Amino acid sequence: MGWFPSPFDNLLCMLLGISFTVWFTLLLVFIIVPAIFGVSFGIRRLCMKTLIKIFEWATLRIERGAKEKKHLLYKPYTNGIIAKEPTSLEEEIKEIRRSGSSRDLGAASQEFELSDIFYFCRRGMESIMDDEVTKRFSAEELESWNLLTRSNYNFQYISLRLTVLWGLGVLIRYGFLLPLRVTLAFTGVGLLVVLTTLVGCLPNGRMKSFLSEKIHLMCYRICVRALTAIITYHDSENKPKNGGICVANHTSPIDVIILASDGCYAMVGQIHGGLMGVIQRAMVKACPHIWFERSEVKDRHLVAKRLSDHAEDKTKLPILIFPEGTCINNTSVMMFKKGSFEIGATVYPVAIKYDPRFAEAFWNSSKFGMVNYLLRMMSSWAVVCSVWYLPPMHKEEGEDAVQFANRVKAAIARQGGLVDLLWDGGLKRDKVKDTFKEEQQKLYSKMLVGAQEDRSRS
Amino acid sequence: MGSSNSTLSKIPNLGRLIEETGFTPAHIKRLYKRFQALDKGNKGYLSPQDFGSVKELATNPIGDRIIGAFFSQGQETVDFHSFVRILAHFRPLDKNRAKRPDSPEPINSRISKLRFAFQLYDQDNDGKISRDELLQVLRTMLEMQVTEEQLESIADRTIQEADLDGDNAISFDEFRKSLEKVNIEHKMSSRFLH
Repeated sequence: MGWFPSPFDNLLCMLLGISFTVWFTLLLVFIIVPAIFGVSFGIRRLCMKTLIKIFEWATLRIERGAKEKKHLLYKPYTNGIIAKEPTSLEEEIKEIRRSGSSRDLGAASQEFELSDIFYFCRRGMESIMDDEVTKRFSAEELESWNLLTRSNYNFQYISLRLTVLWGLGVLIRYGFLLPLRVTLAFTGVGLLVVLTTLVGCLPNGRMKSFLSEKIHLMCYRICVRALTAIITYHDSENKPKNGGICVANHTSPIDVIILASDGCYAMVGQIHGGLMGVIQRAMVKACPHIWFERSEVKDRHLVAKRLSDHAEDKTKLPILIFPEGTCINNTSVMMFKKGSFEIGATVYPVAIKYDPRFAEAFWNSSKFGMVNYLLRMMSSWAVVCSVWYLPPMHKEEGEDAVQFANRVKAAIARQGGLVDLLWDGGLKRDKVKDTFKEEQQKLYSKMLVGAQEDRSRS
Repeated sequence: MGSSNSTLSKIPNLGRLIEETGFTPAHIKRLYKRFQALDKGNKGYLSPQDFGSVKELATNPIGDRIIGAFFSQGQETVDFHSFVRILAHFRPLDKNRAKRPDSPEPINSRISKLRFAFQLYDQDNDGKISRDELLQVLRTMLEMQVTEEQLESIADRTIQEADLDGDNAISFDEFRKSLEKVNIEHKMSSRFLH
């Protein structure tokens, strides 16, 4: 005997069919079509404003609840545990000696004292308790709770309303937003691969570049919607032009999608295997990107030559580079590698600042892999960020690559409201170079040796 | 869903730690988070390599000695209690702490701070800073910036000034006397925020 579909099953199938159709129509109308034409209905911004109000209410509720139950609140956003004195080595040591010595303050006091060690000792202890660099490699701490367990420090069962709200949030995020976004992501990537391969079959010419531009923009816009990214672009008149290099601060792999959905760039990077490799190979068929084999990456001359060749050709798109070399947690900008600043092309700096209330955009590569990270991004509320296009900069006379890089870095940090650090982002994994220690030793010895020479002369 | 109190409840003997060191529960919670951040691999204790990841410490000329201060008795690991106890040396003096005659010396008293600094010089723990030990410290603080003769003359002069009993070494008492007028309470203390 076979299985006879009952009328109930028929009804079920019909319902499923209808809901899928409705789903896809909505998807098409509200998301994909606007993505193709680059318009927006403004629905996302409305949701964003509502969410902010809810977060603020949630935080107030937690604080009130904690006070009622006399629990200790962990305030993560205070500026560390100790107040760091901004005085210099010389000032501090002079002060220590002044208080300890009743002798005449002349050149004689500039000699080694047993108490000099206090300064180094205290600084060492303070850096163990709290240092500027290590905290840049972990996620920024938030002031108000955004209903995500992952960024929560204080939540206990405080009130029914809060728990219900949190539960609702989970339902919406995992039940509705996540499947929607995953669908969009697959659509976007799939379209990119297929269409760029098709366009790659055309002969090189104006038609090809025009089409490839449109295709890239469209697919990136779909990906932007796949993350529900709400991006505000400032100063678009400074957008990078052909033959230039666009540099930006790096927080996560999503930076690429955010920038590329507003303009066309030539990407730079290493060829990967797997899905990434497929995407990369397809993209390069439609317009010239700069992909390196793993072995070529170490050869700095080769890299520099390919970059400068590309930049000199004015028909080619501007190059997109992240000079920090690694992901930083979006509270600071770390040392820029000078390679891209040696080429001599016009540099277009771009500052990207994420709003941490909606999602933690920083990719802590030591904690999560790429897939895990993308899933976390897609199950957050949204990715809200601001992009500032800064006016183009050139290397000036008598400036070397490092100084130029620092100048660009300072401009980006200032615009994005980030802390400008001299430290190398590579410190995430590597050790500090001994040259830094030598700086401290030099400063200290200048104080002493100067005095020694005076003595030997007299 | 972690609660604020669950962090503190993970720390054993919290009451004794607060009593000994004088840190507030809020400070201890912050220090515990820091301890966890430094403890790569979640071992529950720190080893010398974990301190190596603090970048600013690596540029400190006496960075290695400071790390050594945590592992003083030849141990290879530091648990949270010892970590906090060493850091407690740098708490400012409590002005209104009544001095009970039979209570042990508080960790952040002037004498304790001096003893801590003395131990940074006296690496072999024999109670005296010998000429060699002084030379070693000078070498790490100045490395390649001065010549060996200059180092030796600095060391000799320092011992000459501080050594009162003529044994060519600086004992803890001599160390203390020579730093009598230095404002140690201020210079060996950090400003803890509330």
